[in-house]
Amino acid sequence: MNDAKPALTPQIVAEHGLTPPEYQRLLTILGREPSLTELGIFSVMWSEHCSYKSSRVWLKTLPTKGPQVIQGPGENAGVVDIGDGDAVIFKMESHNHPSYIEPYQGAATGVGGIMRDVFTMGARPVANLNALRFGDPSHPKTRHLVAGVVAGIGGYGNCTGVPTVGGETNFDPGYNGNILVNAMCVGLAKKDKIFYSAAKGVGLPVVYVGSKTGRDGIHGATMASAEFDDKSDEKRPTVQVGDPFTEKLLIEACLELMATDMIVAIQDMGAAGLTSSTSEMADKGGVGIELTLDQVPQREPGMTAYEMMLSESQERMLMILKPGREAEAEAIFRKWGLDFAVIGKTTDTGRMIVTHKGHVEADLPVDKLANSAPLYERPWVATVPPKAILPEWVPAPNAILDTLKIMMGTQHLCSRRWIWEQYDHMVMGDTIQRPGGDAAIVRVHGTTKGLALTCDVTPRYVAADPVMGGRRRRPPRHHRQHELRQPGAA
Amino acid sequence: MDACVVVFPGSNCDRDVKVALEAVAGRPVRMVWHADTTVPACDIIVLPGGFAYGDYLRCGAMAAHSPVMRDVVARAKRGTPVLGICNGFQVLTETELLPGVLMRNASLKYVCRDVRLKVEQPDTLFTSHYQKGEVIRIPIGHGDGNYFADEATLDELEAEGRVVFRYVDKAGNATAAANPNGAQRNIAGICDRSRRVLGMMPHPERLFEPMLGGSDGRKLFESLLATLH
Repeated sequence: MNDAKPALTPQIVAEHGLTPPEYQRLLTILGREPSLTELGIFSVMWSEHCSYKSSRVWLKTLPTKGPQVIQGPGENAGVVDIGDGDAVIFKMESHNHPSYIEPYQGAATGVGGIMRDVFTMGARPVANLNALRFGDPSHPKTRHLVAGVVAGIGGYGNCTGVPTVGGETNFDPGYNGNILVNAMCVGLAKKDKIFYSAAKGVGLPVVYVGSKTGRDGIHGATMASAEFDDKSDEKRPTVQVGDPFTEKLLIEACLELMATDMIVAIQDMGAAGLTSSTSEMADKGGVGIELTLDQVPQREPGMTAYEMMLSESQERMLMILKPGREAEAEAIFRKWGLDFAVIGKTTDTGRMIVTHKGHVEADLPVDKLANSAPLYERPWVATVPPKAILPEWVPAPNAILDTLKIMMGTQHLCSRRWIWEQYDHMVMGDTIQRPGGDAAIVRVHGTTKGLALTCDVTPRYVAADPVMGGRRRRPPRHHRQHELRQPGAA
Repeated sequence: MDACVVVFPGSNCDRDVKVALEAVAGRPVRMVWHADTTVPACDIIVLPGGFAYGDYLRCGAMAAHSPVMRDVVARAKRGTPVLGICNGFQVLTETELLPGVLMRNASLKYVCRDVRLKVEQPDTLFTSHYQKGEVIRIPIGHGDGNYFADEATLDELEAEGRVVFRYVDKAGNATAAANPNGAQRNIAGICDRSRRVLGMMPHPERLFEPMLGGSDGRKLFESLLATLH
């Protein structure tokens, strides 16, 4: 361990978001006191954001299997068979807290993160969507938040050359202090060329590619799991900064590498960056992992192991390569102007050992790191059913047309054209049905197949009756297939 | 027609324009990497849309100094036709093959939608299949399409018949409401004095077949095919 080990006071533990019982759990697992780096590593892995410790008990009850489901939850994204050897890979993820603190970068990095989750599995992203919830339009923050979020989604998606083809935007005072920014990405891959994150094999090179590591976003995962308060503005440095140009390079470089047979496993560095990617990949592969942080490409000098392990710098990926193929792989990433560094190797010890400047900064059991987060079944109170409103209680309007005009002008129903016109929804040349309708249709490139895509939630129903609200969606249209015909064709 | 499409690392309409060119010409298009110092012999060079090197600096400013552009400029000066679409137009103004500059949209917002264009000049190799004054529907998708040049340059462009496309309304009038980005004199596309270098903000490749919702862009590629064979 590092000689200059600071004493871990209860205050330091609390600042890492761990409760006293959770810290006791950590002490029991390790059988000793953690180093500061180890505390940081466990704190992000046990954050709500990474561990789903309060929601997992409920999420586990969702149906996740079906004849066309190639991959359900548990990987970077879901994979569904669409026939003819094609698979659609998609995921939706929220980026609410960062977007409330810094709307442009929060939304932009939300788009970037979800795209990496999709192309890390071997898919070329072909469509982005988003579902946005803002507070009352007259609330002093709403205009700033809407403008920033929309510009951030467009600024990122437009540059990467993936069309943003659909979404929804709603306003309600309930979101005044906590907006929702959900980004979705849909990609296409060949069924037999899907990449997973399990680092199977010992002695394999662990490779870092993409942007350099900086000090941005440290503790982003912990922040995203915390309650908001008046001091939220002070958390701005925990919001990451996006670089969509580098994302575009990363997409092309990864897809080029994926066309070869060099990759054993690959995962993006999302929340909790190096920490979660290394521990999850090692755990899924049933191996240990050794990292030498001196090899990590760094944006600035003087970064500590703690900072590097917890950084959430964007546009980074971690790969396990077949041994001896490093030079070939590096040539591809150099061609695209990206960093490429071998930062460690897989081992048979089952431990994650992190060294920096000759010191062991962390020596932790991989399986405990990935799987020992506490699980909570939080107490809950049943929603009181709202009183029924009978149609006869509401007087019929006198002038139907005037009522229609009023309704069309409300914040709930008025046109969202001014939003989706800020998104490039036509790039890639396969947008058959553009935004503005019930669903967008994106052609599977080079075929007559299409994907109908939309996202739709009715929060008022969910607030009134969570069970019925959760059920009452429109029929699922994602990845429903349509045979596309040229207009006029029989 | 042998076409080459230049691919900068941040190009993102390179495949789209390749698809359109190949569909119309019926032969493969060559993609030329930005780091290459020579463009293969060909009948036309296309600079596609996108964000060449991220465009964090002025759009197209870095691309204008890329290795491949030295040869593109030299070839253009020797008479090889060059088509710059969107980001390609921005690159062409930065290389000074075309005059003026594309500034930030007057709205300060990126805008993606169909616009109406009037074909002012059918006597170029890019527009020979359109009628003079024909109003066509082509999409735009840009944040920096606000064409600007000084009055003398604009007058010269007009006098020499080098304003090829103009933003108009359905009736063909170049109104302020029909101008999506604040461009001077509603200019959407211009050519150089040789009439062999065209820069345009709208994307003809985005509406080149009925499946995409229209095919007004197709005639541009058909014009090229007819002239360049």
